[in-house]
Amino acid sequence: MSDHPCVVTIDHKSKPRVLFSGTRLVEVDLPVGTKVLYPKKPMKGLPDPRAAVRYALSHPLGSPPLYAKLRPGMKVTIAVDDLSMPLPSMKGPDNRALVIDEVLHQLDEYGVDDVEVIIATAFHRPMTKEEIRHVVGEKCFSRYWPDRLYNHDAEKPGGLTLLGTTPGGIDVEINRRAAESDLVIYVNLTFVPMNGGHKSLGTGLVGYRTLKGHHNPSAVRKSGSYMEPSRSELSRRMIEVGQLIESKVDVFHVETTVNNRMFDKPLEFLAKNEDELTDLESRAMSALIKTLDALPDAARQAVFERVPAPYEMIGVYAGACDPVHDAILEKVHQQLCVPVKGQFDVVIFPVPYISPYNVGAVLNPLLVSVMVEGYLHNLHRGAPLLKPGGTLIAVHPFTDRFDEAQHPAYVEFFHKLLPRTRDAMELHKKYEADFARHPSYIQLYRTGKAYHPAHPFYMWYWGENGRQHRGRVITVGADNEYVPGILGYETARTMAEALRMVREQNSDPSIACFRICPLLMADVTPDAAPPALVDAMGVDLTVPVPASPVSTRSGAEEA
Amino acid sequence: MSPTAHRATAYFDVDGTLCSTNLLHPLVLYLVNQGTPAESMFRLGRALLQAPVLAAAELRDRRRFNELLFSHFRGMSEDRIVLLADEVFQDVVKPRLYPGAQELVDTCKAAGLRTVLITGSLDVNVWPLARHMGCDHVIANRLEFAHRKATGKLMQPVVAGPEKAGLIVADARAHGHDLAACHAYSDSFSDVPMLSVVGHPACINPDARLARLAQSYRWPILDIQRPAREGRRRETSA
Repeated sequence: MSDHPCVVTIDHKSKPRVLFSGTRLVEVDLPVGTKVLYPKKPMKGLPDPRAAVRYALSHPLGSPPLYAKLRPGMKVTIAVDDLSMPLPSMKGPDNRALVIDEVLHQLDEYGVDDVEVIIATAFHRPMTKEEIRHVVGEKCFSRYWPDRLYNHDAEKPGGLTLLGTTPGGIDVEINRRAAESDLVIYVNLTFVPMNGGHKSLGTGLVGYRTLKGHHNPSAVRKSGSYMEPSRSELSRRMIEVGQLIESKVDVFHVETTVNNRMFDKPLEFLAKNEDELTDLESRAMSALIKTLDALPDAARQAVFERVPAPYEMIGVYAGACDPVHDAILEKVHQQLCVPVKGQFDVVIFPVPYISPYNVGAVLNPLLVSVMVEGYLHNLHRGAPLLKPGGTLIAVHPFTDRFDEAQHPAYVEFFHKLLPRTRDAMELHKKYEADFARHPSYIQLYRTGKAYHPAHPFYMWYWGENGRQHRGRVITVGADNEYVPGILGYETARTMAEALRMVREQNSDPSIACFRICPLLMADVTPDAAPPALVDAMGVDLTVPVPASPVSTRSGAEEA
Repeated sequence: MSPTAHRATAYFDVDGTLCSTNLLHPLVLYLVNQGTPAESMFRLGRALLQAPVLAAAELRDRRRFNELLFSHFRGMSEDRIVLLADEVFQDVVKPRLYPGAQELVDTCKAAGLRTVLITGSLDVNVWPLARHMGCDHVIANRLEFAHRKATGKLMQPVVAGPEKAGLIVADARAHGHDLAACHAYSDSFSDVPMLSVVGHPACINPDARLARLAQSYRWPILDIQRPAREGRRRETSA
């Protein structure tokens, strides 16, 4: 059976691959036989996204239409995903703005005027005024900002309401306004399979008491991939939380997703196989590499980050949580999944400048590790791309730089706690609770631009299943040795040196290169079935996919 | 929370940190509220004449500055000083409290921290603030009295600059608290020793020298001039 067209095997004639290394692009010669996984071409966007939204609201899955839930005088809260997705943020109008426009139109028509709009930030930094304007759209912004359109505050005294405790023992407390609403409308943008579904409310509008029930090393360790709900303990716990919320609060979900058209025309060649570049594109690529090398850091960051992506809506579904999420996940998989046979001894991860947790800030070393052992490792279905005990090669400069406005607690976590221990369980048990109550960092979360002090812990846990799975991590292109050292990584100056280090232990390793950006996901058919996830008592932890209450599909696909 | 339940202490400088006052504000109120207008005029005039010396002392030696400043209390009756203390709080301190000050103290208390005000101001002037904010203790300067009249001298230890660090060490030890788990807040470079001695220092509205140091050491810099409430998160601007 031949490889999928997005899986390219390096041969003697292959050109060097161009890989992201932070805000730079580097050319790397890969050994013959290396499998390079490229993102799929962008799917065609919906021809009329506004019409698709209207259709989805009127033809929901597993729920009466939105208009049938509305009555004059009712209290409605619209909760909205924050700007951590998509990456980078999309050209206007954002999917969420399109949905909110139509939702507001229906609320007006049915005489609903007690409306508040909350950005479901959880422990993320508050979104700025301009970011909020972009995400919710001008109509919503001009009507509700700032009194009835605001960021969720998980530390506001009296700002959360306890709804109950899940069968698994997680206390569920959510934003008081949402808890006291007759209807919550959740407007989401699912970019990767971990987003959306019960995670939306079960994470976005809750506080520490609830977050610690699923954002912990034990849940991540038990997850084969948190990008694959059926193999994710994290997802199972979030479903538990979400189901409890929905047993107390009426929630109408609107999920959307986009294709992976990350780069506009002038930079579109970045998504292509280097061997298929035209002469003009090859010259443009060389010029871009040289230009980026010549620019200072901040300017390089701006080149990529300040240019919004021309993402297009490829799906919108509304109604009950589970069927809506299932439908949107199908679209996400259709766009992202690249089939690949077998697992590899070595996987190369180029780490770009961006992650969900550094919009408008530098990708600090802790976030680089989250990308390597967390996000990128987990972007698989079926089985990890890396064999158990294999070697990850991370291409990034690993500069010791933090954005002190956004990530003040990260600095202390990275430079004070990690040198003491990298054991996620020890960090969780010994340090997390005190850190999560750190008054200065909480003040910065509430009044400034900062992430919550528990967030760096969650980021470390995010890499926990990757850390348990991999053998070594070797960095290529690090500008220092102590940052990789703190993370427990080895350093190599070049890819050739890194591969030499691998060959000292395995003379003929199989190698894969995960060639982002744009985004992709490895749909792995392992040589052998992946081991079942079992706990210490031998109980199978594989998470059953919740049965969808509706069997027939409607929604925007048929619009 | 019972005293034994505290896991550590948060130490707060007061003037410039929790409120926009300085040590001169209460002094002026005392000077203009003497027994007779003539005495007030005399004391104010003498203070004005000494202003350049005070200014020089503030720049060079915080302890000397405090000694000079509080010498103006010489001869004032203990009754008058205590009686005017509440007025100092109501008229001078309370209106100048930063909007986010109370919430910061409350966040510390919610985190299981004992809260202590440590300041060069007079203890009689600080206790009303401590009671208002629900703080547990005050470490402040105390005037020496003889025959119920202020001598113009401060009792030992004088609370200023580097001495604050030693007082914090002693206080934390007395309460069985690990300094590495303690927090301290100040606005002034003169308080670097007190900030350095705890495990969790933070700057509030820091002066330029302290801001530079805070950036070097990556100490958190807080702005409590606006309240930390839901509305504040609404107002986050680009």
